[in-house]
Amino acid sequence: MSDRLMVATRKGLFTLTRGGSGWTTKLIGFSGTPVTNALRRNGTVYAALNDGHFGPKLHRSDDDGRHWREIAPPAFPAEAAGAPSLFQIWALDDGGAGRPARLWIGGIPAGLFRSDDGGESWQLMSSLWDVPERARWFGGGYDAAGIHSVSPDPRDPSRVLIAISSGGVWETRDDGVTWAALGKGLVAPYVPPEQAEDPAVQDPHRVSRCAAAPDVMWMQHHAGMYRSTDAGAHWTRLTPPCDDFGFAVAAHPRDAQTAWFVPAIKDECRMPRDGALAVTRTKDGGKSWQVLRQGLPQHDAYDLIYRHGLDVDTSGERLAMGSTTGALWTSDDAGESWRLVNAHLPPIYALRFI
Amino acid sequence: MAEIHFTSHLRNLVPAGPLFAAGATVGEALSNLFAGEPQVRGYVLDDRGALRKHVCIFADGVRLERDAALSCRIGPSSKLYVMQALSGG
Repeated sequence: MSDRLMVATRKGLFTLTRGGSGWTTKLIGFSGTPVTNALRRNGTVYAALNDGHFGPKLHRSDDDGRHWREIAPPAFPAEAAGAPSLFQIWALDDGGAGRPARLWIGGIPAGLFRSDDGGESWQLMSSLWDVPERARWFGGGYDAAGIHSVSPDPRDPSRVLIAISSGGVWETRDDGVTWAALGKGLVAPYVPPEQAEDPAVQDPHRVSRCAAAPDVMWMQHHAGMYRSTDAGAHWTRLTPPCDDFGFAVAAHPRDAQTAWFVPAIKDECRMPRDGALAVTRTKDGGKSWQVLRQGLPQHDAYDLIYRHGLDVDTSGERLAMGSTTGALWTSDDAGESWRLVNAHLPPIYALRFI
Repeated sequence: MAEIHFTSHLRNLVPAGPLFAAGATVGEALSNLFAGEPQVRGYVLDDRGALRKHVCIFADGVRLERDAALSCRIGPSSKLYVMQALSGG
């Protein structure tokens, strides 16, 4: 199981390391500054900042946070339609197998940026920015639409799936030359009924792909939970025995039938039902569900888990979950039981096993 | 008269089902509707009478730009949807 976690928060970047006496929390950078996402790849840590006064910034460290170097963040080119300006780096993901120097950034507004030199330079995927359907995208949680999920196909990194709040699920099969909207079966009840099945107005809160069965994807949508077995082309609505609103979802890395969600009351309410935090899990592709509560607060809890606030390690047994109120839990038994690691972190935006 | 639907999030302020109001523009139709349903006005418009930032209006299937929404011309059988924009949270 993975013994290290990286945690991006409203007030800096932390690592959590598990030793003989449990998890140790360490602030490794950017004290006081919002860190919207972070990634560790090939020994390099990347941290995306959103400085309240000075905008989105990007830093890298080659020694796990002892020293940081600011590198140029992605920027919309002057000729980009609509004169956009990058407000926030939301998704920060690696380029997939066989692309060791590639990184992806999803922004707010919903520009997708690619680096093929380890983050030293960035290029807007204008092929996506210029799709005519962008006129129907709109902000989900922020003023402008944003890209929060970027998932290269482990079998073929030129196939990349992204998800936009709110702008649907898109895929390229030719390394970003062309893009197509996917998402048959998704339904958006927040637009006039005749537009509810328009792929370009869907609000996928988060998409998580099974690493060992890459055609299997799980989605927490603004209005329901879904699963796809054909790489996002078609989605089937899931029906857990509890709230089906939320933001986070984690796919088991090896078992295509297993995934975890964190339910909350929909959708203007956004807190655990009855103040009792739970994780929902299916182990049979969504036919049946376990509502897992052991070790999680069962009264007076108002923790919400954001899109990037839930992760599972490569074993599929250890999970970590961080909340808007700065609480962080881990599980070593696939979610059956949870242990509170820290109740007093800043609001948690993203966490990852490293 | 325009047929006006409100998001279910305002169900405790306006009755379910479409309401009807006359007006040559979205703003006129809403103003006429608010005359009979004054309790909902402050949820849709701000204190200066502008459309609230996180409210969006569809007119005949088209999502209107916020700054131009109230002045958008509509017909006697137009259908309006007053929705919460997901940008609001």
